Amino acid sequence: MRRVAVIGVGETKYGEHWEKSIRELAVEAGLRALEDAGISSEDLDAIVGGNMSAGSYTGQDHIGALIADFSGIADRHIPAIRVEAACGSGGAAIHVGFNLVASGMYDIVLVGGVEKQTDVGVDMSKEILAGASDREWEAFFGATFPALVAMMAKRYMYEYGDIREQMAMIPVMMHENAMNNPDAHFHRRITVDDVLNSPPIAEPFHLLDVAPVSDGAAAIILAPLDYARKNYDTVVELAGSAVATDYIGMHDRPSLITLAANVHASRKAFRMAGMEVRDLDLLELHDAFSFLPIVTLEDLGLAERGKGASLVEEGILSMDGDLPLSPSGGLKAKGHPVGATGVGQAVEAVWQLRGQAGKRQVPDAEKALIQSIGGTGATIAINLFRREK
Amino acid sequence: MVGIVSYGAYIPRFRIDTGEIARVWGEDPNRAKKSLLVESKAVAGPDEDACTMAVEASRYAIRRWGGDPADIDVIYVGSESHPYAVKPTASILADALGASPHVMAVDLEFACKAGTAGLISAMAMVKSGMARFGLAVGSDTAQGAPGDALEYTAASGAAAFIVGSQGVIARLNGFHSVTTDTPDFWRRAGRPYPRHGGRFTGQPAYFKHILMAARGLMEKMGTGPEDYDFAIFHQPNTKFPLSAGKRLGFPKEKILPGIVVNKIGNTYAASMLMGLARVLDKAEPGQRILAVSFGSGAGSDAFDFTVTENIEAIRVDGVPTVDELIERGRFVDYAIYAKYRGKILMGDEE
Repeated sequence: MRRVAVIGVGETKYGEHWEKSIRELAVEAGLRALEDAGISSEDLDAIVGGNMSAGSYTGQDHIGALIADFSGIADRHIPAIRVEAACGSGGAAIHVGFNLVASGMYDIVLVGGVEKQTDVGVDMSKEILAGASDREWEAFFGATFPALVAMMAKRYMYEYGDIREQMAMIPVMMHENAMNNPDAHFHRRITVDDVLNSPPIAEPFHLLDVAPVSDGAAAIILAPLDYARKNYDTVVELAGSAVATDYIGMHDRPSLITLAANVHASRKAFRMAGMEVRDLDLLELHDAFSFLPIVTLEDLGLAERGKGASLVEEGILSMDGDLPLSPSGGLKAKGHPVGATGVGQAVEAVWQLRGQAGKRQVPDAEKALIQSIGGTGATIAINLFRREK
Repeated sequence: MVGIVSYGAYIPRFRIDTGEIARVWGEDPNRAKKSLLVESKAVAGPDEDACTMAVEASRYAIRRWGGDPADIDVIYVGSESHPYAVKPTASILADALGASPHVMAVDLEFACKAGTAGLISAMAMVKSGMARFGLAVGSDTAQGAPGDALEYTAASGAAAFIVGSQGVIARLNGFHSVTTDTPDFWRRAGRPYPRHGGRFTGQPAYFKHILMAARGLMEKMGTGPEDYDFAIFHQPNTKFPLSAGKRLGFPKEKILPGIVVNKIGNTYAASMLMGLARVLDKAEPGQRILAVSFGSGAGSDAFDFTVTENIEAIRVDGVPTVDELIERGRFVDYAIYAKYRGKILMGDEE
């Protein structure tokens, strides 16, 4: 198996792109990644596109061919395939792209992610996103996506006590981090009180505990590590990549306060990379709901069971702490254009490891973990990045 | 010289507090007050509709003017709640005012800017010499579906403007209009309530068109915010016109005099015209006004007026000012509001 590097990254601004269609967003991000790598679209051997629900959101499916065509390379006839794993589509697409290069089948592979969510109203969006849960056994009975994750949080609090305030600190931190990210959806500070007093969504979540609906696209370009060493001064390796699945419906899982896919995917990715969790310099976690990073910190072994919330309180995860959480602003404040989100995390990780993250730079960052969650945890993708010294 | 020669406003007596609407739907009672800056909205009574309100506002305008309604050669009534789908509001109005039968009267529809479309069309008729005087009315009993975000602001009211070339109280200096196909808000034929695109109604609809029309007009006129004493914008809530004004460079003090939505809600086709009426209630001769409407679908009409010394002459007794109309409100609860606005399905309905 060949080792794999990231040679180019790019993304659009996240937010409400009223004037841009899904194809324009995808092409914009892709071109930025190509430009960053210093190559042209004709150099690509394959395209993998992460996307959850373009068909429902915009009426456009067949995203792979669409991206290839509108990147101006339809006449090159390369494979271009969409990868879907609900909100984890981006992370899963990276995994597929990684395998294409690692296997030796293709050399230069563009992994894109895109979602255009604002072409439909809020109710419709809620309905589309419910497709990430078990439609027959959860959504049809009226469980909305926030309600399902809320049940996990409620069970967690039943076991370990109230963590409302600690959860609220995560969106506060994300909004603070996003102040330094020009691509972020929001540039506005919020307080713990703002979160606790925002309108209720599903107990214990309030509006500001939940990531927004965003439009956006992101892209990275993968190549064999040897190719990267030959052609680039700073080399960032995609050192470990794993996807794990779990029961799609929460009712079948033995526990609601751990995500088994987190444990399996992270173990596999760390083993592949020859890295350990304590080596990490930064995390980009899937904070679609403020509760999710807390359970993830425990699943990764960064905190004992029931102690994830205290890690938040201790300040370890803030920008000046030992292990900054989502310098980009995370899903909460950078935004959550579902299919793009995981790829956008990779863009941030690479900028951080190259030292190109501007005001939100984690000093001398070498190793980063990104996590992409599909549904309530039925798919989790963990990707690990390492800068070569 | 063509311009406004008189005006009148009408606001129904009933009000509902936005907190009362929130109470019924289990929402935060202060939300509309804090986020939209709308405290209450005007509610038409059971015997009122867009036509009766148009008549009330027009009668006030005629009383102020003191002219002969038979001299009005053209009448436009803009509304999205004309009582009849087929049968004009304007013909009823013409008869009620004594302007018929030698008059051209017609209804207009362009969401919230149908009233201002009538205003510029009437002025054009006068300017071309095809009409001696014209009457343009914006009148609506706006409907928001129960529980919808629109319900907090969709209100009732009317504003009427008589235009002419003699006795002008506000001279038209210039005009600019913009129109695009933007589906931000619509109501299909036969449906009781409109639908809308949520946040899409903001930036790509309201702000885009208001700013484009205002900038287009100021460019045409060679003016800037400093040249105007008042700026009036369509007001679906209080936040939007303040924000539009800020982005154009108008200080709050020039916008607040034209704000009525905080107390009476969004009167749709009457909204910007009601703000203009409130400003004319207190404006001094020589003061200059920028007024921009917005209609979903979407478009904006921008007007540049200068108030003349004739303004004093039409401030007559017996015609209420906009503030007097706002102040005379009587609050009803949601049940009465639901009855008055026909939201209760009655036993004899089919």
